[in-house]
Amino acid sequence: MSALTNEMRDLIRAEFPKYPNLQAVVLPALHIVHDRQRCVSLDAVREIAELLELQPAEVHDTMTFYGFFRESDNPLGKRRVWVCRSLSCALRGGEDLLEQLTQRLNCVPGKTSADGRFSLEFGECLGVCEGAPCMLVDDVCHSNLDADQAVQVLEKLESGSSSPGGTKNESAIR
Amino acid sequence: MKHELVLLKRVDSPAGPWLAGYQADGGYQGLRAALKMAPADVTKMVIDSRLRGRGGAGFPCGLKWTFLPKNHPGPIYLCLNADESEPGTFNNRILMEKDPHQVLEGMIISCYAIRSQTAYIYLRYEFGESYRILQRAIDECYAKNLLGKNILGTDFSLDIYLHRGAGAYICGEETGLIESLEGKRAWPRIKPPYPAVEGLFRKPTIVNNVETLACVTHILARGVEWFKSQGIPADPANPRDVGSYGPKLYCVSGHVNRPGCFELPLGATSRELIDEHSGGVWKNRKAKAVVPGGVSMGFLSADELDVPLDFEAPLKAGCLGLGTAALVVIDDQTSMVDVVYNTTRFFAHESCGQCTPCREGTSWMRKILERIRAGQGQMRDLDLLQELADSMGILPGTTICGLSDGAAWPIKNALTKFRQDFVDYIQSGQRAPQSTLAAAH
Ligand SMILES: Cc1cc2nc3c(=O)[nH]c(=O)nc-3n(C[C@H](O)[C@H](O)[C@H](O)COP(=O)(O)O)c2cc1C
Ligand code: SF4
Ligand code: FES
Repeated sequence: MSALTNEMRDLIRAEFPKYPNLQAVVLPALHIVHDRQRCVSLDAVREIAELLELQPAEVHDTMTFYGFFRESDNPLGKRRVWVCRSLSCALRGGEDLLEQLTQRLNCVPGKTSADGRFSLEFGECLGVCEGAPCMLVDDVCHSNLDADQAVQVLEKLESGSSSPGGTKNESAIR
Repeated sequence: MKHELVLLKRVDSPAGPWLAGYQADGGYQGLRAALKMAPADVTKMVIDSRLRGRGGAGFPCGLKWTFLPKNHPGPIYLCLNADESEPGTFNNRILMEKDPHQVLEGMIISCYAIRSQTAYIYLRYEFGESYRILQRAIDECYAKNLLGKNILGTDFSLDIYLHRGAGAYICGEETGLIESLEGKRAWPRIKPPYPAVEGLFRKPTIVNNVETLACVTHILARGVEWFKSQGIPADPANPRDVGSYGPKLYCVSGHVNRPGCFELPLGATSRELIDEHSGGVWKNRKAKAVVPGGVSMGFLSADELDVPLDFEAPLKAGCLGLGTAALVVIDDQTSMVDVVYNTTRFFAHESCGQCTPCREGTSWMRKILERIRAGQGQMRDLDLLQELADSMGILPGTTICGLSDGAAWPIKNALTKFRQDFVDYIQSGQRAPQSTLAAAH
């Protein structure tokens, strides 16, 4: 059985015309697979390599440089939650927020909660420092949070409510 | 000083962020003007404006473009550096989310000037909103012949592709960005050759920051004189100073009442930004230190809050430079030992590991600071920190890229300007509570 679905293969092939060579498609391909399978298995690495006419080691080398991609021994849960620990957030309680979420989600950074709902990560500056402390859920940022609000945001997302509340990436611009 | 907002003018404009609204507000006039000119004349306008790169290094933008080989058969690439990851910095994100066409217009004009037909936006993965907004804006451009073949009936054609990163700070360094785009580890390249000569896919390449190219849009629309009417003129006594002209987006975060992004002519002071724009230091405290331009740049002390934040003055105050003009304000209840621990941990985590002084130096500095924070520091640790910080970076000539200089600078500045904080920590034998910075909350 192949590790990549036909959908993934089509999405990866759709990237080809954007670049003059196939190696440049490595990151887009890894994202396509990682988003859907919540990890990139070694079989998937081999199949991506085959599609891109590369050695599996070349794909694996790139993949492991970025701490971003999880391997099959440690797949992502349903949602990935990053709490920023860089300076602007830390000055306003970011490290506390991370510590409290570790307890409340019962999950240490880099791992996934036992029920598979959340993977927790520490993030470095998420580029939303005006909303410190902040938390990225998948790729959407939530700002100005304490632990209660953070948990609320996650619960609302979980229940599929269309408006997750909190201040979603609200920029302070004057 | 009263001035018109230009870069932030359309933020939350009633006309909306999309193409119709942008054009209703006068957008794409700069591009139309550019397309009537010869590419070399567009470049000349950018040179004459003295626009300097907003991504951190402050290199003159038009001058960089002239480093491309003449009469090159192509392809020539343009990469928009949207990796924005320097702690404290968020102005690129605001431009992309709130007014994406301003950024795209600057890219299209710049590609016309440098004769590039393919451009990539290297966007950090975390900016999911920016990704979706830019993609929609790009689609709008294709539909209205602002991108694609024969743009607006001319013989100029251009494709722009969005490329998402994968959470690594080093992808913001221009050659790290190029390697990453090529599908490899983001290991910065030894320079020369500079990207203008041999860059992406080994072809001539220009890398520019989001805010830099947003400025290009307005230089074309409003003219060189408008741009040069703002900012701090070149110091005639210093032949190497090319001046600090134009508007700048200053980010303010940390211990202030109202963090935010503010557009001011280059040369605003920290005091002005804190007191007049971000509501003062929080909890009625005083500022102890200010990061002037992202944590790589080091610190200004409370006595240095009137230093104009242009491209020259922070250097004279001992900082590494203006950087990204992102201020992080630190109040007088905070120990600078905890602050530099935080910044050093960041750089140790983000070092790409190619150069030994950087890879080992950043982790040793982190370990020494951990020791001091555990109440086990000794006075000679300060000499060790100094020695490490002095020996890593492009400036001492031991590393490939500037991440290392940025890791060393906060330590060097803190040891000079806030030495007593280290001494207090060491002599008291005090242990830092678990999350000390947050304890100030
Ligand atoms: C470690 C490191 C990280 C950098 N990160 C960024 C970044 O995120 N965005 C950016 O525009 N420039 C960044 N730069 C600066 C780029 O190398 C380059 O100078 C800049 O993109 C050029 O564009 P500009 O001239 O328009 O500023 C970084 C430099 C270093 C050394
Ligand atoms: S200085 Fe550090 S980040 Fe830059 S190339 Fe060397 S090891 Fe990598
Ligand atoms: S420091 Fe947390 S978002 Fe920038």
